[in-house]
Amino acid sequence: MNFWEVIISLLGQGLWITLLTTILSAILALVLGFAGGLMRLSRNKIIRFIVGIYVEVFRGTSLLVQLFWIYYVLPMFGITLSAVTAAVLAIGLNYGAYTSEVVRSGIQSVDEGQIEATIALNMTKVQRMRRVIIPQAFILMLPNLGNQLIELFKSTSLVALITLTDLTYQADVLNATTLQTTQIYTALLVIYFVIAWPMTKGMKVLERKLTEGRM
Amino acid sequence: MRIWDWDYAFEILPEIISALWVTITATIVGFGLALVLGLIWTLLIRSDSKGVSAIAGGIVTFVRNTPILVQLFFIFYVFPEFGVSLEPFVAGVIGLGLHYSTYLSEVFRSGIESVDPGQWEVATALNFTKRKTWTRIILPQAFPPVLPVIGNYFITMFKETPLLSAITLVEILQTAKNIGAGTFRYTEPFTIVGILFLALSYPASLLLRNLENRISERYQ
Repeated sequence: MNFWEVIISLLGQGLWITLLTTILSAILALVLGFAGGLMRLSRNKIIRFIVGIYVEVFRGTSLLVQLFWIYYVLPMFGITLSAVTAAVLAIGLNYGAYTSEVVRSGIQSVDEGQIEATIALNMTKVQRMRRVIIPQAFILMLPNLGNQLIELFKSTSLVALITLTDLTYQADVLNATTLQTTQIYTALLVIYFVIAWPMTKGMKVLERKLTEGRM
Repeated sequence: MRIWDWDYAFEILPEIISALWVTITATIVGFGLALVLGLIWTLLIRSDSKGVSAIAGGIVTFVRNTPILVQLFFIFYVFPEFGVSLEPFVAGVIGLGLHYSTYLSEVFRSGIESVDPGQWEVATALNFTKRKTWTRIILPQAFPPVLPVIGNYFITMFKETPLLSAITLVEILQTAKNIGAGTFRYTEPFTIVGILFLALSYPASLLLRNLENRISERYQ
């Protein structure tokens, strides 16, 4: 096999799983991040405490440990998950914890006057969040969210270790059968780079577009 | 079968804790390498030669935009093809160091850029050599404000060390996995590993937050 054939073979077999895992866990992380971030600002102490534990546990232990725990330990409690579900759940929960901190600090850095304005305008709490605070906080969060998306994409390579057949896993399989180690792992690095780099650039462009005339 | 067996947990605890040594050594050595390499990247990127700056920038961008796990595989499996066979520990430390050096170089850059431009002028006025300007004026002011960020990366790297199990290094996660494979009980070993990580990284992050507050009081 020459270099191009290696690339095409890897793309054909692993790309879809890598992208699927990225997209699903990014959605889960975003949902959890917004829910967690808002709940951490709640007035209810118990809610804040529970979310605090979730955030500290998932940020304080390692993603790979969480992945193994969900895949190997949960079945002992009668919960057997497929490799895809376990992967999405672990990555989503892990990045959700980080995202919730981004969301919290984003909301907290919106100017105090904006809240006073919504009170003056007699807006309800939901209106205040939805129409005034979150749209402004979102722009502040964007650079961090973009970075996290790229980190999340790169971390999907870990799912190969719980036998999910992503790009990294397929490279391993291909290496075992063809022994063209140098070509295969170089191709793998190039593939990840070709996806991640435009993402990095794209986030920067999006950031500039959205902040135009605002900051 | 009980869900959690305390006797078993206490029986395997010493073995897991003794493997913690490998994890911690890998973190410290890897981070030392990351600091040195990171500073080298930063200085090369700031170099007057456009070629040097572009090459260093290109390497940093490439390493940052590819997964550390694949980099570890590359170092561990591809280097031997060129006659460089590395022990899992050495390959792991190089992988961690190289990957995190690209993040740290970004941190150093922001630290250096936050030093007041007047400081450079002072160095020129005092006729300092380039070397002296860096070691006596710029770096001592560039480091303290970014210290908490550097500390954060140290904790992050500590939590990434389980990846080294993928290149056959027997650190705590691999030890737990081996124990589980022998007894078919994964609950206790993996949970203990999780708790150990939390028990070490959470207090460390609290200490760091404390440091951050003290530094921001001093510098702002």
